[in-house]
Amino acid sequence: MTEDRSVPLEEKQQTSPSVDTEKKDKEVKNPETPAPKKDPRSRLFRSSRMTIVAPAPHAKGKGSVPKVMYIVIAALLPAVIASIFFFGTAAMVTIMVAIFSAMVAEFACNKIMKTGLTIDDGSAILTGLLIALTLPPSFPILLTALGSVVAIVFGKQVFGGLGANIFNPALIGRAFLQASFPVKMTTWTLPAFAGADAVSGATPLGLMKFEGISTQLKPLLIGNIGGCIGETSAIALLAGGLILVILRVADWRIPLSYLGTVFLFGGALWLINPDIYPHPLFMLLSGGLILGAFFMATDMVTSPVTPLGTWIYGVGMGLILVVIRLWGGLPEGVMYSILFMNGLVPLLNRWTRPKYFGEIQEEKKKQ
Amino acid sequence: MKLSTFKKGLHPEDYKHFSAGRAIEVLPPAEDVYIPLLQHIGAPCEALVQKGDRVKTGQIIANSNAYVSAPVHASITGVVKDIDKYYHPLGRRAEMIHIQREGEEEWEYLEKVKDWKWTPKSKLLEIIRNAGIVGLGGATFPTHVKLDPPDDKSIDSFILNGVECEPYLTADDRLMIEHTDRILLGMAMMMHILDVHKGYIGIENNKPEAIARMQKRVVEQGYPFKVVPLKVKYPQGAEKMLIYSVLKRKVPAGKLPMDVGVVVNNVGTAYAVAEAIIDAKPLVQRVITVTGDGVKTPKNLMARIGTPFKDLFNACEGFKDDVKEVFMGGPMMGMTQYHLESPVVKGSSGIVAVSSDLVEELATFPCIRCGSCVKACPMNLMPLRLSALSQANRPESLADFGISNCIECGCCAFACPANIPLVQWIRVGKLRFRDYTAKLAKEVS
Repeated sequence: MTEDRSVPLEEKQQTSPSVDTEKKDKEVKNPETPAPKKDPRSRLFRSSRMTIVAPAPHAKGKGSVPKVMYIVIAALLPAVIASIFFFGTAAMVTIMVAIFSAMVAEFACNKIMKTGLTIDDGSAILTGLLIALTLPPSFPILLTALGSVVAIVFGKQVFGGLGANIFNPALIGRAFLQASFPVKMTTWTLPAFAGADAVSGATPLGLMKFEGISTQLKPLLIGNIGGCIGETSAIALLAGGLILVILRVADWRIPLSYLGTVFLFGGALWLINPDIYPHPLFMLLSGGLILGAFFMATDMVTSPVTPLGTWIYGVGMGLILVVIRLWGGLPEGVMYSILFMNGLVPLLNRWTRPKYFGEIQEEKKKQ
Repeated sequence: MKLSTFKKGLHPEDYKHFSAGRAIEVLPPAEDVYIPLLQHIGAPCEALVQKGDRVKTGQIIANSNAYVSAPVHASITGVVKDIDKYYHPLGRRAEMIHIQREGEEEWEYLEKVKDWKWTPKSKLLEIIRNAGIVGLGGATFPTHVKLDPPDDKSIDSFILNGVECEPYLTADDRLMIEHTDRILLGMAMMMHILDVHKGYIGIENNKPEAIARMQKRVVEQGYPFKVVPLKVKYPQGAEKMLIYSVLKRKVPAGKLPMDVGVVVNNVGTAYAVAEAIIDAKPLVQRVITVTGDGVKTPKNLMARIGTPFKDLFNACEGFKDDVKEVFMGGPMMGMTQYHLESPVVKGSSGIVAVSSDLVEELATFPCIRCGSCVKACPMNLMPLRLSALSQANRPESLADFGISNCIECGCCAFACPANIPLVQWIRVGKLRFRDYTAKLAKEVS
């Protein structure tokens, strides 16, 4: 058998050691003669590992699902730092509790549903982090944990886990808390600095809506205002959001169409009557709009994949938001605008199929 | 100057450096060759020889009466050992003629013509058919059929495909550099047969030497061709993409390039046509790139059809220790090889052996609907949706999303961060859709 090195890749030999292979092996002469091996199976392939037999493509891009999740988490870091800077340990504790309980809930679901472990794909961490950023600073720890658990279990896992959910899980958790504990969810603490006691106060949107007081743009931009822990610093959020758009983790059309619609629609109303309606820049920078537009509306699972669908999705959210903020009973509408449009995404994906290559000509010819 | 290209697509790592600088080496005829009876799209051939027959190089050993078909030639001089099923590079075992080399090489030539310009076109087409020439870019559609469009189609442009957009492969690149004149001559002949006066040569911009050579010879010999450098992007070499890149014409869905007045041929095909008409040599050899980081010295080889892959690798000093995957063709559309006895066929443009450094076994995640596949698909389809419908076995919806337009270029699966085998599911979907339409037709009748 010294000449017997002509090669079947190992699988083949195992699956069908056919007569004619063996026959051929004896006949074939191979000019490149590696020394006979102990293992008769390793001939041309000296490695003991098997070779792969797989369909094309054999090359692969560099992206991966966990990478996407961790990029979003990294892009949220400026906002996290800003929140800890403005709201102190309360923010830090809320964030840690939310992430931890989201991971525990994910782990428990994995065990109960007997799916493989998915806590390392980063999506539970991201959901927990997003929930924490949308809670008021002085929110009770137990309720924070409850919100995270609801988000993971009822926002994601009941649908079948990552990729199967219709609504943004973090917003489902928040919507649950908002409906169950409306008072606690609207008790705001103003940012406290070194040593000063935390003072309770309203958010700029609340002030505008219920007391008719407008807030200056500069504090809105920097974040030295009342509000949820992660939504106040527009600058930190914009920095992270731009990273997402540049890395193409977030589709640029979504923030552009969402914010653009709010700006144009709000601006038109402001032009009509500046006394009643707020300045469009105030609309853009206040509340959770920046956080929602860059980090929640762009959640891949719950946003459309087609360009046209994405535009409709963004414009729809913008319209709903302005309507809720200006004429609705609530001061803020980012959460509901996103959740509502999330529900339309499966239909948008179906209705807005792009024209495939060569389709237009075909129609022209028919006419 | 802004280079023209098509929309979407992507940029895989090209790995052409392994073999790009290596001149084509002629591989001596192998001891044993295995020549498949079916090496083209169309009717399969029937063997004309029997076990024990002596055959000469270039002798037709299998043919078919069908129009859309191409004969198969013996690629060495020797004795037919057997006609049996052997390993085929495209997967399952297939009927092949096993010839063992014996004695001195003798050639059987095609009919010679004095001056091709004054030879009737039908004669030239007959020679091309008898030479067994098929599309050597990999599609293997019989060339004489392509060059003989139905009378109701008016062809006004001819595109020579020198794009070679698949990573690793450099066979066409080398051919353009080393056999420039032959290729241009073959192109002129094909344009003469088609009676077309506008000729374009599409070459991707990562082959500056080939572009310069072609440009120089076109000008020197006064051909009315236009060399079109193209922006590097995969899958530019796909017929429909190339036509769009060069002429900005879109081939309507479900139609052929000739419906927009274009015929596209590969540079390898042009070379084979010139060989057949000038040298009266049938298609018994082709250039094949043997490359990959698992090969000791990657090379571009002029190899006889039917040469087993192991002989090619041995000619390249064999494998490095750690070879993880071997595939024929490029990494985007190539077929994995499970056996190195498989022979070179007319459509083999390369054989690549990659080590474990470049092959990763990746975990699959659920689809997160990121839309990467939609952004990559050159045919502007929604691969995620096609794959999901295919998995759910809903063939009635597949047509609504244009499944038959998929060219299986692999861009979607390449781009997918969840590592979902999208192309594979789409292929399954195509089969399911075919079965479904067949069933419907049956019910109606």
